[in-house]
Amino acid sequence: MTKDDRKYLPTHEWCRIQDGIATIGITDFAVQSLSDLVFLDLPPIGTRISADDAFGEIESVKAVSDIVAPVSGEVVEVNEALPDDLDVLKTDPWDAGWMVKVKVTGESGNLLDAASYQRQVEAHE
Amino acid sequence: MKETVLKRLHESLGARLVPFGGWTMPVQYSGILEEARAVRSAAGLFDLGHMGRVSVLGRDAEAYLQRLQTNDAAAIAPGRIRYAMLLDDQGRTQDDILVYREPEGHTGFLVVVNAGNAERDFAIMHRVAADFDDVQLVDRSTELAMIAVQGPRSEAIVQRVTDVDLRTVRYYGWARGRVGDTPGALSRTGYTGEDGFELYVPAAQAEGLWRRLTELGAGDGLIPCGLGSRDVLRLEAGMPLYGHEIDEQTTPLDAGLDFGVKFTHDFIGRAALERQLAAGGPQTRLVGLTTDSRRVPRQGYSVWSGDREIGRICSGTASPTLGTNIATAHVPVEFAEPGTELQFDVRGSREPARVVTLPFYKRAR
Repeated sequence: MTKDDRKYLPTHEWCRIQDGIATIGITDFAVQSLSDLVFLDLPPIGTRISADDAFGEIESVKAVSDIVAPVSGEVVEVNEALPDDLDVLKTDPWDAGWMVKVKVTGESGNLLDAASYQRQVEAHE
Repeated sequence: MKETVLKRLHESLGARLVPFGGWTMPVQYSGILEEARAVRSAAGLFDLGHMGRVSVLGRDAEAYLQRLQTNDAAAIAPGRIRYAMLLDDQGRTQDDILVYREPEGHTGFLVVVNAGNAERDFAIMHRVAADFDDVQLVDRSTELAMIAVQGPRSEAIVQRVTDVDLRTVRYYGWARGRVGDTPGALSRTGYTGEDGFELYVPAAQAEGLWRRLTELGAGDGLIPCGLGSRDVLRLEAGMPLYGHEIDEQTTPLDAGLDFGVKFTHDFIGRAALERQLAAGGPQTRLVGLTTDSRRVPRQGYSVWSGDREIGRICSGTASPTLGTNIATAHVPVEFAEPGTELQFDVRGSREPARVVTLPFYKRAR
């Protein structure tokens, strides 16, 4: 499943940009693939992140994965409750499972629309 | 990639398949932690078709095994199983294996080896066999399927598919009899730290047996499991995995696996182990680590005591049974005392860890 109201990185992050603020999270495909989440590390407010660079880490029983920034900019809000309740990512990765909000100064050149991302996921399965 | 006879069934049942030791194997069905909990509380079903299985037959089978591996084959009674290692002449571990002596009424032995080492093991086995007049090695890996049922409900469940009286099969014992619809074998062994059985049936019977066990065990809480949960369970139970706790660089003594080595016979690598003992024995110990950190210690992470790097993580995982993250590491003897505070490095961040006695988990009997 994908949402048309946002863009995607091939590494399974989504971002929805409204009024210059990007809300960023990871897709349900990413959550299912990782499975058994045990740890999430998000940057503090004020951190400058760069498109296509890792800004966080998510850890499952089997592996550690980077969370890659779809945009460049400054973190202005963090979902502080999420690292303590990773089940939210399973139930609602699209809304309640948002990770950070970023004041956008630039976008990744690798962003996909929902249809392109969906095709990539299907090719992978 | 090689495939077990059950691969398509796993796919159709929704398992996630990954490469493992040259095989495409289910890493999980419903989820690694859920499966691990099911095995601790009820039962889990595992496809072990990737394991290498070889019959050792012939008049010289026992003498051959005495040369080949570290345990005392002569002391294995009919229907009993022992853990052992294959070493090179420097005492370095080539694989860890199980040696089964056939039950009463049958002759010879069965050897079960790790999937990832099977080819090298078979090469070693054939090379050593050339020194004996009457040894036949018969690779059963393709003709036999291997399925494990693990967990406290295992005996009740497996009893429904066999005419072997399971109360007579003790831990590390095995028997031949009807398994499913045909003659087969079963052993009271496993890699989870729970009671359980490993079943050996003709490959053509595997799918029917898997389906039947799933049906007959569902009411007891049995669920199909992948290798991901098996790895969590074996680590909680303190059982070594080749390529992690043991490898080509370690001797069995380095890994504390002395119980699989008997100096009663002239096995390959014996002289090297005796030299290691004469020189004072291993200078490192395999220890368990627990951590209050939410970071999972993982294979290859460095282990520290203050500013001194003292070792590497062998295996690590989140432990659903203990509720913390756990790991193993080889550390110098002076850091091996339970309670010793150490650190592990996660991408530049030092996380606290404490040495504990292995195993992390031991079932109540």
